[in-house]
Amino acid sequence: MIDARGYSCPMPVVMVQKEVKVNAPATLEVLVDDPCAVENITRFAHNNGYEASAQPAGDDEFALTLVKKA
Amino acid sequence: MEQEIRLTKLANCAGCGAKVGAGTLARLLDGLPVRRDPDLLVGFDKSDDAAVYRISDTLAIVQTVDFFPPIADDPYLFGQIAAANALSDVYAMGGEPKTALNLLCVPKAMPDGAVQAILRGGYDKVYEAGAVIAGGHSILDEEPKYGLCVTGFVHPDRVLTNAGAQPGDVLLLTKPLGAGILTTAAKVDLCPPDVLAAAYARMAVLNKSARDAALPFRVHACTDVTGFGLLGHAAELAQGSGVHLTIDAAAVDIPPEALEFARMGVLPEGMYRNRRFAEPFVAADGVPLEVQDALYDPQTAGGLLFAVHPADADALFAALQKTVPSAQRIGTVEVYHEGPRITLR
Repeated sequence: MIDARGYSCPMPVVMVQKEVKVNAPATLEVLVDDPCAVENITRFAHNNGYEASAQPAGDDEFALTLVKKA
Repeated sequence: MEQEIRLTKLANCAGCGAKVGAGTLARLLDGLPVRRDPDLLVGFDKSDDAAVYRISDTLAIVQTVDFFPPIADDPYLFGQIAAANALSDVYAMGGEPKTALNLLCVPKAMPDGAVQAILRGGYDKVYEAGAVIAGGHSILDEEPKYGLCVTGFVHPDRVLTNAGAQPGDVLLLTKPLGAGILTTAAKVDLCPPDVLAAAYARMAVLNKSARDAALPFRVHACTDVTGFGLLGHAAELAQGSGVHLTIDAAAVDIPPEALEFARMGVLPEGMYRNRRFAEPFVAADGVPLEVQDALYDPQTAGGLLFAVHPADADALFAALQKTVPSAQRIGTVEVYHEGPRITLR
């Protein structure tokens, strides 16, 4: 789980990239509150072998789930 | 000694990325009364780069205003880029800048030396353009912002708008893209210093040489590529001219690092905004996503996009090579039938 709330773009996607590079998790949950981070992390996932889905999670917050493609 | 400040840390969104999106802007302007004047040759309704008002049969004034939060940490560089960006709108109309007024927003705590460096950067670019600083206005604000209100001259018959492109024309672009992506990567120190320095240097280059090179040729349309990205501005040009554009994506100069950051998802918010606005007008089949992203990337002080008569294209390109070596030949103009306004190859 990465809590990137309070960080503005492009920091959240950089945090996600580091985690993927180091641990290559099968699934990864990410919390963000910058709408641009949802788009950037989705773009990163798309280009790097993950499926991403985003759900609203409270006031101006979003929960992203990244799942490694088979 | 003055405390070192990182100007970009004071800004929420950098450079032309701070621009209100084209779609939002259209919504905000909708319903406001538009007063006509036969001497207002180019006005609000044209989505062009600057206003043009005819004073006599041989003289029209070009007016524009542009300012934004810091795109660079170095205040002098920021001043240069903001000024080059504001002056560019006059060049994009085929005009010659004459007078400029400073627009400055400054936080109370900002050291005098830094504020003065911003202004010095602006002054240097205005003087390089052959114009004068005639005054200005400054207010206190939480976030620094700088830019210019510029007035230029142009012959009323030689105004370059974004609405005159004709089928057969060749498209030339005078600066590389990638400015928005590279400065976004720089916010988290991902952009190599030499790559960032080169991007800043390109932004500080006046579009004067590009405009001067184009004067002797049959340039049918021109716009400068700024906050709406190449495809946003190209879509406006295509719509305004009632034509279709084919852009050879591989011919557009995009720094490889910008493509790399795009693949990593390190993209400015303005890119997504521009994409949402212009995507309905663009057929991009087969063009890699990261290349598309770069084509939608908001530019600050970007280059000029010319639509030039096909018989003059080689000569203009050769002329540009001498003073604007970054110029690229990126596409062609066709008759518009229906469907997308722009096809990427």
